Formats: sequence, structure tokens, C-alpha cells
Amino acid sequence: MFLSPFATEAVMTIEAAMTPEAPVIAPALEMRGITKRYPGVVANDHIDVEVRPGEIHALLGENGAGKTTLMNILYGLARPDEGVILLDGRETTIAGPSDAIARGINMVHQHFMLVPVFTVAENILLGEETMAGPIFLDRKEAHRRIVELGKRFGFEIDPEAKVGSLSVGWQQRVEILKALYRDARILVLDEPTAVLTPQETQEIFAVLRRLAQEGHSIVFISHKLYEVLDIADRITVIRRGKVVGQRLPSETDEDDLAALMVGRNVQLTVDRGDSKPADVALEVRGLEVKDDRGSVVVQGVDLDVRSGEILGIAGVAGNGQDELVEAIVGLRRPSGGRITLRGQDVTRASPRAVNEAGVAYVPADRHRFGLVLSFPLADNLVLTDYYRRPYARGVLRNDQAIEASAQERIREYDVRTPSATVRASTLSGGNQQKLVVAREFARDLALLVLDQPTRGLDVGSIEFIHRQTIAKRDAGTAVLLVSAELDEVLELSDRIAVMYRGRIVAIRDGRTADKNEIGLLMATGGQARAAAPVAETGPAA
Amino acid sequence: MDALINALYSIPLVGLVFQLGGYIIAVGPNVAPGILQAATPVALAALCGVMCERAGVVNIGIEGIMLTSAFVGWYAGVLLAPVLGTADLGPFGANPALVVALVIALVSGVLISWLHAWLSISVRADQIISGTIINIVAVGLTGYLNNLISKASPNGAGAFTQFKPPHELTDLPVVGWLLGMFLSQGPIAMSVIVIVVIFQVLLFRSRWGLRSRAVGEHPRAAETVGIDVIRVRYRNVLIGGVFAALGGAYLSMEATNSFQQEMTTGRGFVGLAAMIVGRWSPVGAFGAALLFYSSTALGNSIKFARPSGDLGTILVGLPAQLYDALPYLLTIIILAGVVGRSIPPAADGQPYEREATA
Repeated sequence: MFLSPFATEAVMTIEAAMTPEAPVIAPALEMRGITKRYPGVVANDHIDVEVRPGEIHALLGENGAGKTTLMNILYGLARPDEGVILLDGRETTIAGPSDAIARGINMVHQHFMLVPVFTVAENILLGEETMAGPIFLDRKEAHRRIVELGKRFGFEIDPEAKVGSLSVGWQQRVEILKALYRDARILVLDEPTAVLTPQETQEIFAVLRRLAQEGHSIVFISHKLYEVLDIADRITVIRRGKVVGQRLPSETDEDDLAALMVGRNVQLTVDRGDSKPADVALEVRGLEVKDDRGSVVVQGVDLDVRSGEILGIAGVAGNGQDELVEAIVGLRRPSGGRITLRGQDVTRASPRAVNEAGVAYVPADRHRFGLVLSFPLADNLVLTDYYRRPYARGVLRNDQAIEASAQERIREYDVRTPSATVRASTLSGGNQQKLVVAREFARDLALLVLDQPTRGLDVGSIEFIHRQTIAKRDAGTAVLLVSAELDEVLELSDRIAVMYRGRIVAIRDGRTADKNEIGLLMATGGQARAAAPVAETGPAA
Repeated sequence: MDALINALYSIPLVGLVFQLGGYIIAVGPNVAPGILQAATPVALAALCGVMCERAGVVNIGIEGIMLTSAFVGWYAGVLLAPVLGTADLGPFGANPALVVALVIALVSGVLISWLHAWLSISVRADQIISGTIINIVAVGLTGYLNNLISKASPNGAGAFTQFKPPHELTDLPVVGWLLGMFLSQGPIAMSVIVIVVIFQVLLFRSRWGLRSRAVGEHPRAAETVGIDVIRVRYRNVLIGGVFAALGGAYLSMEATNSFQQEMTTGRGFVGLAAMIVGRWSPVGAFGAALLFYSSTALGNSIKFARPSGDLGTILVGLPAQLYDALPYLLTIIILAGVVGRSIPPAADGQPYEREATA
């Protein structure tokens, strides 16, 4: 009945209907007994979820708990083996995304489903084109509607802007507009804040609250506890494909939710203890690095990382962090500046030379760079030193030594696997990353470079990797941590450097850093205080 | 005025450029129709490329599709001529056998494209390999069959002829030569202009165009808004097949009235180059094809109508093979220089796999 976002009268009816004395309305969406089995796993095991009109309903669960499968079923991307979906109390089958859209269900995917070379208007129109006649698009009318929709939710958007040139925060808005343009009644957001700064997150939350007020139902998928507590009206927790509990934000807290989500009490924040920084291990001076297209994306970076400290680099993805890290580990040749490791110049050293100088590297993309997925675990564990004794005997492999060392490291780093001979591709994401960690951490290091070390991992694996990192630091290794997850940087770092458009715009002490300030610096580079000297906060010596 | 021109011509180097300009203006109107004729098969190949790649399917089998259609169209004419007769139907020298043979040629092109679509979209085979298979098989099969058939030296159904535009149009000042270029053509060459204009407008202004481009750039995004990626890709590859087949048919049914072994001589590949130089837009690809063959036309014209003065001495002194090689050289030079800024559709050549719907 409130199909059109333009039908303000209908919206008012809903608001009236939601007052306490009104009769109970059927849930906007009900999923009943949803079961989905994949070979070897039950992704969803009789899941019941109910979303009321105008409600923000959070689905909380670890990666792999089955949230995404459930939403794919709702969106018609997967078929349930059992169970029914009810919309406004009526049973429905959803055979594909176009079915879902026709029934007012829209999804904002974790990885934006936007075409970067298209304009905002083209992206919004796609699949739901406003037509002038049977063949041609009516761009004028589309533009008018987009601008009007934007205004209603408090932002001005240029329909002719290329989506690729927008910030992620704005791309997120385009995704939401896309859903609203289709008269979405039920909006599913899959980890919508994963790539946003805290400020952008708050702005999106404001939009979501506005939408809920107008009667839209919102399903908010997340594994960030404080966000869920902040935005949701109700929270459903899923673990291993089952609903393990439902909570109201007023009756729960982060510890309770974490325990529900993981199934045991977890320590959400690893106690990092005090660092004992010693001599400078990594010294970067005036570093300039170009990206693949030849533009300078690291512009004169100065950094010191001392032995026994963790330096975290916070920044919105794509501000030169990847190139900086690649230059340090030797994968990318800098176009200017100097990199010194314990006094030795490694500016143009090969990756192997850097590795042999005591640098370990956990790359951001474990599938493409961290592991050879089609190799057995044992081979993956010797990727960096297969050519050395005892793993090599002349030109031949020493299989016994490789196997023995693999067994030991698998045990030590708690990699859950049937054996060391299975392919790396058979492991879960968390175990794959533990495998990378087992290879990189298991020797004496001068410098440990971590690029997004816990992206996409479950809480348990994150906890493990964080502990190992702290242990490495306490053993006197210098650690450089790059993460798009500001929380991770805040949690682990002894010092935090903020990177913005290829420059380090600020360095803050990790214990006293203010999350909002860092978020603002990430988003704006802190133009207001751009003049502040970069090295103002020295290491906590 | 003449004094001024003479003064300009006499400056070294700059003078040569002016002489060349003057020469091109002088011979242009005469060679212009020939340029479009030479460019027609390449332009059609390029349009096929644009049609497929905009939807994310790389098609290097265009050469093979053209060759197949050239053969099938010609041989269908041979078979049909005694049955349907070759009575002149009026415009363009069309006769019943020729028209039906053309339709059969187009159908053959669509069928081969179907094979490519099936291999690269449904089977998700490597698209380069699928295209290569088509090219190799087309050369082998048409060559072999042609050997068998041509021993009997059969008579075909003839060829389409050119339209003769009225003098009043072609003699118009300034635009007359352009009208002559576009109108002094057979039906297939003339259709290229129509196809280019319609294709260009639809690609950027219609629902079909928007969806095709989305499928070529970000198929998953297209699927999440309810677009059937597989269907869009099939459709575009099949339509592209019509274009390539038209290009092949042009060779054996309009430019000549016979089939020769490997008569496409790499035009399918030059078409792909034109597509890249034209940045995956129909008008751009067409323009690139015209540019390539303008250079050939210039070379030919220099052979037969030697420019006067220093320019003539220099140009005639260059080896004749250089002019034959010009379109290919130009392709290489432009690709090397321009391709860096010419960006293909993001999902070009990537097979699309639906999300796990098991």
C-alpha cells in the first residue's frame, strides 16, 4: 500500500497505523523455516526472521554464519531447499532478482553493484529504465526524479556525475537511491559500512533512519557490534546457519552479542600491553611511488617504525597504502626516495632480498598473492624459502624436511586441516590466513608488514591473528599494519599514521587517538590542520 | 590568390604539406566512393566487434565468420541461380537467387556466431581459443570445398551493382562528393552507413544499449537489477554475426561475384583494430576503417595520377609496396599510440558465472 515513495499520503497512513492503539499489522517480511544445504554444509538451518514495517532489523553473525545465503535466497539469487517467504503475510516465491525487485525487495550489496564508467543516472536507471517510447530512455524525466529523491533524503546529487569519480560514501548513496528509485519497501544492506569512515557511517545511518520513518523496512547485515546496537530496532543473531537469539538493543550489550555470535565468550579487544620501542628498524624518507597507470600515488612519505612497536596506517582504501606497502617489500620500484632497513638501503632491493633481510609480508589478497591455492599446504608454507636448506638439497626438494616443518607449523598456528597435503583452496578463509601467518611469522623478523590481515575473517581468527601480531611485537619486531578497518588500527597500533591522497597527514599516539578525529583525517586529510608537522608525535619512548 | 598558393607551395616541407593537401582535395571526390567500398567489410567486422565486446564477449572469430559467409553466400547463389533464376528485380542488380543467397549467407554467419556464443558464454571456454577455432576451421573448410566446387567453374548468381545517383546531387558544391561517396554504392556498402548511425544512437540512448554496456562493464551488477546477462550476451553476439556475415557477403556478392580462397585476407582482424582505434563506438570504428582505406586509396591514386612538382617526385620514388602496406602500418602505429588511452569494457572477455544457484 505504500508502494510509491511519492505517495506521501500512503506514508502518513502507515505512520498513523503504527501508533500503539492501531491493530497489529502483518510483518512486511517473514522468512519461515528457511533451509539451504550446500554439499557438506547446511548454510541455513530452519531460519526464522520477521521484519516489521518501518523497522530496522539487524542480522548479526560472523562471516560464514549464513547471513549472505539467507539474503541471496530473499533476493532470488539462491533457492531454499525448505521454508517459505511471506510478504505482508502472503506466501511468495522469488525466482530471481527481477522477481524480488518487482515485489519491492532491494539489496545494497557489500561490494557495490555499480558500473564505474556509467553516470549516476545510468546506474540508477539500469534494469528499471524510465522510457520515452518503446526504445529510447527518458533521461530528462529520470534526472528530475533522481534529484527529487535525493532532496527528500537530504542530499544533493548530480545525476550526470560518473560513479567511478565518487567517494565510497557517495557510491553508497547511489546504491540506496537505486533501491528507492525502484520503490523499495524492503531494503537489505549487506555490510554497508565496511568501507566507510565513521562520519560517512553516521551520515548513512541518518538516511536509513529517515527511510524507516517513512515506512520502509530495512534489513541491516553486519558483524560490527556497536553499529548494530546503534542503528537497529531489533537484532537477530545467526551462528552456523541457525538463529541463536533475538535481542532488543536496549536489553543487550556488545559482550552479550559477541558471545551469542561466536558461541563462547570472546575477548573483543586484545590487550596489547605496553610497547617497548627500541631502535628504528624501518626508515622511509621522501618515498614516491607510481601506480600501474603511472600516476604518483605515494607522494613523499616519511615514516619510522621502531623495533617493538606497531605502526598502524589508517586511510580510506585507495589512498596509496597498497603502493606504499608494495614498495617497502620490493614488489614495486619507487620513483623516488629511500627505504632503509636496520641501516641497510633496500630501496631497489628485490622481493627476495627484502625477504632475506628479515621482512615478512602478509598481503591484502591472500588468494592472489598470499597463497597458491592449487598447491598443498606444505608447499605453501615454504614459498619464501623453498630454495634454502633444509627444504632444498641442491636443485632437489627435501620432501621430508618440508613435510616435517609443515606439521609443526600447522600445529603451532592452529590451522584446521585434515592434513598438510590437501590443497590450500580447500581451507576456510580464516584457516587460509592462518596458513599465511604461519609461513610469515615463523622466524626471526626485523619487520612485519601486514596489509589488511583480517579482512573477511571470523571473530575467532581475528583474535588469533591479533594475538600473534602482539606477540611478534613483544619479541622485538617492528610491525607495519595497514588496514581499512579503522577499529583494527585503533585496537592494535602503538602509533597511528593517517594516509590521505598519498601523504601521511598526521601521526597520533595509539592509546590516546580519538576515533572521530582519525575518521575525519581519513576523509578530508585534515585540510584545516594541514600545516601541522608530520612528525609532531614521536614514538612513545 | 594563385600567387599566394604558389608562394605557400614553394616553402620547403611546409610547401610539401600544402601540395599534399591540394592533391587530396583534387583527387578526393573521385576516390571517395572507392574508399567506402574498401572500408565496408572492415567496418562491418569492426561493428561486429563493437556489438560483441560492448556486451563483454571478445570475438576474434570475425575473420572466420566473414569467410564462411562469403563462401556460403556465393555457393548458395550457384545452387539457387538455376532454380530461382537471375531475372533482374530492378535496383542494385538484385535477382531472386542473389537475394535469397544473401539471406542464407547471413544465416550462416549467425550460426557460426552461435557456436562462438555457446562456447564462450555457456561453456565458458576461453574466448580467444573459441575464436581461433572458428578462424582455422573456416579457412580449412571453405578452402577445401572451394577446391571441390571450383573445378566445375560454376556460374554464380552474379553480384549486387552500384546505385547511380543523379548528377544534380553529386555535382552540388562542397557536399556533392560526400553524397557521391555515400550514394554511388551497392546495397551492402550503403547499409553500413545506416547501421552505423542506428547502432550509435541505440547503443547510447536506448534501453537495449544501456543494458548491453552494463553487461560488458559489470555483469554482476546487471544481474542484480534483474538483467539476464547470458541472454544479452547471446543476443549481441548473434546480431554481431549478422554484421560480420554482411561483411563477408560483400566480398563475394557485391565487390566481386566469385569466391576465392582466404579472400578475407585479415579484414576481420583489421576490423578489430578499427574497433579499438574507434574506442568501441560504432561511429569511431567506422571512422577508423575509413581512415585506414583512405591511405590505400591515396596510394593507388598516386600510382595512377601522379601529383605535380616535388611532391610527385618524392611520392613516386617510394616503393609501391609501401602504399599497399599503409593501412596495416597505420593500424600498428595508431594502436601503439592510441591504445593506451582506449579502454575496453571492463568485463570484456570474461565469462560470466551466475552466483551459486545450485
